[in-house]
Amino acid sequence: MKRYIIRRLLSLIPVLFGITFLSFALMHAAGSDAVLQSMDASGITLSREVIDARRAELGLDRPFLVQYFSWLGGVLTGDMGVSYVSGRDVFSTFISKLPATFLLAGASILLTVVISLPLGILSAVRQNRFTDWLIRGCSFVGNSLPNFFTALLLIYLLAICIPVFPVISEGIGVRSAFLPALTLATAMSSRYLMQVRTAVLDELGKDYVAGERARGIRFSATLWKSVLRSCMTSLFTLLALSVGSLLGGTAVVESVFLWDGVGKLAVDAVNMRDYPVVQAYVVWTALVYTAVNLITDISYHFLDPRIRLEGGRR
Amino acid sequence: MRKLRRTRKQRRMRMQRLAVFSVLAGLLLLTALFAEQLCPYDPYMQDYGSVLSAPSPAHPFGTDRFGRDMLSRVIAGARTSIFSTLVLVGIISVSGTAAGVLCAYFGKWTDAVVMRIADVCLAFPGLVFALAVSAVLGGGTGTAVIALAAVSWPKYARLARSRTLEIMSSDYLAAARLAGDAPGQMIVRHILPNIAGQILVTAVLDMGTMMMELSALSFLGLGARIPTAEWGSMMSGGRSMLQTYPWVVLAPGSAIFVTVAVFNLFGDALRDCLEP
Repeated sequence: MKRYIIRRLLSLIPVLFGITFLSFALMHAAGSDAVLQSMDASGITLSREVIDARRAELGLDRPFLVQYFSWLGGVLTGDMGVSYVSGRDVFSTFISKLPATFLLAGASILLTVVISLPLGILSAVRQNRFTDWLIRGCSFVGNSLPNFFTALLLIYLLAICIPVFPVISEGIGVRSAFLPALTLATAMSSRYLMQVRTAVLDELGKDYVAGERARGIRFSATLWKSVLRSCMTSLFTLLALSVGSLLGGTAVVESVFLWDGVGKLAVDAVNMRDYPVVQAYVVWTALVYTAVNLITDISYHFLDPRIRLEGGRR
Repeated sequence: MRKLRRTRKQRRMRMQRLAVFSVLAGLLLLTALFAEQLCPYDPYMQDYGSVLSAPSPAHPFGTDRFGRDMLSRVIAGARTSIFSTLVLVGIISVSGTAAGVLCAYFGKWTDAVVMRIADVCLAFPGLVFALAVSAVLGGGTGTAVIALAAVSWPKYARLARSRTLEIMSSDYLAAARLAGDAPGQMIVRHILPNIAGQILVTAVLDMGTMMMELSALSFLGLGARIPTAEWGSMMSGGRSMLQTYPWVVLAPGSAIFVTVAVFNLFGDALRDCLEP
């Protein structure tokens, strides 16, 4: 087990290196740097010599690889340079946006569970009846709606037609979090409720369900005690994978609702060509992605004895 | 006997479903192909006499803030959106499959290196790729296609790799090897035909997702450039007018929804027929 974890950790190193290197190379190829950016921002045209001098001052004239490693060293110590646009420290700006993204991620996962679990179970229990068709129809519609369209539809219905919720977020709070969270939950629940339905149907077909019924145990008791527990595991596995994309900041939804999180920060930085902030975003998504993958792999290892056995034999 | 009849009936229903949805998907493709002939107005012609007019017989989907006919723009947008999605899905399914099959077939170093690259691409945000590509090549729909291709091919590579490994351990492949088939021959004759169906189904089901991702990039201003009729950027342009002129957003939004829905249904029907 310990060896497995160590091996997994070691295999992450090239991936993290690759991602940071790729993003650094891409930004390098994009061909603009801090000096040109500040020149553009101030609107003053500088002479070639001044630009070169400034570049030397910032170390931008060094070879590409040297720059990459010095930047990487900075990242490890929490120094990601300053934003081209605001001039503030990138690392602390980035950290300050995280709580909003965490709140939104938490709220949308909560909503997803609240929506998809009961509907999935209902749909399975009423298989091939009207309720089932209706729920599956809704899930299909939800699956075919792009996030930004769902967002705009929800704004139109719940903020303009019936003004219950604010159109754009009024600071970071539960009321403003509802619409963006519902947008994200719509897409996720549409997918997950079908998975819950399949899991419940699988479980209902098993012998013990018939056995319990034969022994005179009420169907609802079987459903709530045994069936529910078994499909919770499959739902949580799915949710764990979604957490990754949610924590990466959901760029589209955050920017539609002007939710002040990591995703909006990234979109703004991309539109303003604010490369240090973009770099920070890449590092963050890479970290989240690898961490989530690692945790799911290891938890599978713990939860499923078959996989553990296989790992032990190796 | 009864069971046999039922499966036969089921199969016929599946085929009918596939037929219906392939006709619908075909219609969408034809719309994209003949967009210019189908547009009632020039989608780029500005008419300041009828700015933001509500849907009417003359303009069934209304007009936008430059007086451009929304129906024509939606039809012209079909060409941009559907064609770029087709190109994108084509690129990722072909290159991903090739990478996956080669990894599985040659193993060792090829496998380790290509799969690590796939990991890197999977973890990389598509948004950032789009930024970098647009800085080098300039914006446009092509930028969004390249950026999404760069982060989406690993899915096909993983699928093709695991299927190929499965096939490689089968007896008939050992027989083919004994018969002296060359590696290229083995891949083309025995491996590709066996995984083609699954790849095709995945690709068709991916059409919807990729269309949504492409239009999302355009929506964020990283895809199609401004005057181009593209559904995502049309919605982004109309989003501030949602309150008073909802059709500016609803028309392209519904177009995306309908197209994605048709391709999803087509993919489902295709899967049911190919992988019963």
